Amino acid sequence: MTSDTATTDLMGDVGQSKRFLNRRRRETGLGYLMLAPSLLIFSVFVFYPFFKNFYLGFFRTPPFPGLPARYVGLDQFREVLTSDYFTNSFRVTIVFALLTVPAGIILGLLLAMVANQRLRGIGAYRTIFSSTVATSVAVASVIFGTLLNPQVGLLPWLGLTTNPAILENPKYALFAVAVTTIWQNLGLSFIVMSSGLQAIPDEIIEATEVDGARPWTRFWRVTLPLLSPTVFFAFVVGSIVAFQTFGQIDLLTQGGPIDKTNVLTYAIYKALRDQNEGKAAVLAVALFGVTLLLTTAQMRILERRVHYGN
Amino acid sequence: MATEFVGSISKPAVPIIDLVVSEEDRVAIAKRHRRRRTSIAIRYVFLTFLAAIILFPIYITIVNSLLTPLQIAARPPFFFPTKPTWGAYSDAWNAGHMSLYLMNSVIVTVLIVTGQIVTATCAAYAFAFLEFPLKRTLFIIFLATLMVPFEVTVITNLTTVVNLGWYNSYAGLAAPFMATGFGAFLLRQAFLGVPRDLRDAAALDGYGHWRFMVRVAVPLARPAMAALAVFSFLGAWNQYLWPLIVTKDSRYRTLQIGLRQLRATSLDQVNVTFAGVVIAALPLIILLVIFQKQLVRGLTAGAVKG
Repeated sequence: MTSDTATTDLMGDVGQSKRFLNRRRRETGLGYLMLAPSLLIFSVFVFYPFFKNFYLGFFRTPPFPGLPARYVGLDQFREVLTSDYFTNSFRVTIVFALLTVPAGIILGLLLAMVANQRLRGIGAYRTIFSSTVATSVAVASVIFGTLLNPQVGLLPWLGLTTNPAILENPKYALFAVAVTTIWQNLGLSFIVMSSGLQAIPDEIIEATEVDGARPWTRFWRVTLPLLSPTVFFAFVVGSIVAFQTFGQIDLLTQGGPIDKTNVLTYAIYKALRDQNEGKAAVLAVALFGVTLLLTTAQMRILERRVHYGN
Repeated sequence: MATEFVGSISKPAVPIIDLVVSEEDRVAIAKRHRRRRTSIAIRYVFLTFLAAIILFPIYITIVNSLLTPLQIAARPPFFFPTKPTWGAYSDAWNAGHMSLYLMNSVIVTVLIVTGQIVTATCAAYAFAFLEFPLKRTLFIIFLATLMVPFEVTVITNLTTVVNLGWYNSYAGLAAPFMATGFGAFLLRQAFLGVPRDLRDAAALDGYGHWRFMVRVAVPLARPAMAALAVFSFLGAWNQYLWPLIVTKDSRYRTLQIGLRQLRATSLDQVNVTFAGVVIAALPLIILLVIFQKQLVRGLTAGAVKG
């Protein structure tokens, strides 16, 4: 409530309060009008499809197009979620997140620490360290896909080769996709960690220098605790992004070999491509559940250890 | 400053200092000085080493885009284009449709960024400056959209867009992203920082809400606006899944999906693929160099406590 409407209220003048009511009504109308475009988009493209997933999951898509979908209740949920296909996909998604998120944060932090010193020309290094932020998933994937190609790629020539080729190798394919992802995200990770480091007041670092704390102690006892909100943020957002990985998989491995890189989003895409909406919907519900669980758990566990100052 | 001072006292020609600094001290200082210089050299070596690793994939991509397919396959490989050929670029640009893909990406990105800024500004203004019933609930609904990954909604969205007749069109590519819960939240925070007195003063001057929003609130929230612009730009530009499933031919394919097509062509045109990668990455690299500050702010919005 704005201050002038409050004064009108105190005056208790009937004519004025009628005007006040009118204005109030106008403000309500304007408020809804301003929210309307966003709410329209959200209803059509976020909430409706979100709830529709549960509905679609109750119907089994017929084997031939044209036949009506059959209502099967929770059967399809049970069937898909207990299948080996889903269990594998779920495990691959978790392993992928574990391979990419912590490594991305640690490398970004390392680069940020190294670049956070007063040296001539450090600006150029900063630009280089953040440069991969200009690469998209597709750019990074095509670069690495070609570099790893057994016929024309440079990495096999440098001795980085397996039999069968890395991207067709059940043992290493996911790892190769993870390395591509870490490289592509490195610039972003560096930028986020750097801004976290720069937000730490210089006086605190200088004070510990005067106290004679060794660099290693200083890092563990001072820098890292003060940086923990940034690390926490990077961890939560990074995990969510990792669970939505799609482009790298599509460009590098198409979910193969033998489903070893078939992350949840790719499984959804494949079900959708096969026009199996029911299965795709169940997988989408699972993806949402996992994301929600994960973020809530991370909030609960990590937030307690995060140092927020004041 | 500190080094200059140390340097001046280590000069033996200054007698008055000689009284204070003993011979052993001078040796120790010189030693420390030398060690410092070595440590700086080591730091540069380390920095350069890291930079080289990070840049290597980009460097080799540029080199390969200037080689012939035969040279790319040659062993030992070329690490420098001795006779650069630019043919791959014109092939990627014309036959590879990269010019078309680039235009599509620009159009879709402009649509999405403009749309998000307009809808988010309006919504944020309502949340920050207006009073109306259910405001709290509606705000929570906005935040709830952040919990739903786009991949979860993709199945029905495809059906919706097909039913609207927007399959394989700019409208279909942009429509689902015309609103943003994150953007509304970000701008609301910025608007809450606008002093209330300003609104009251503007109201006395006869400013309605729309005029106040455009003339006062938006200019004051410029840093947050720029952050949102950068954030939604990168999101829109880098989209992959949605443009992949909602387009069917090169008329509406974006750069990211165009790269997928380009890569699918045979290996004897691998230089064209590399040229395509450079073309696809160039716009963002140019923007990164020009708008580094805004980019950093946009990417870290929310990461570090204000």
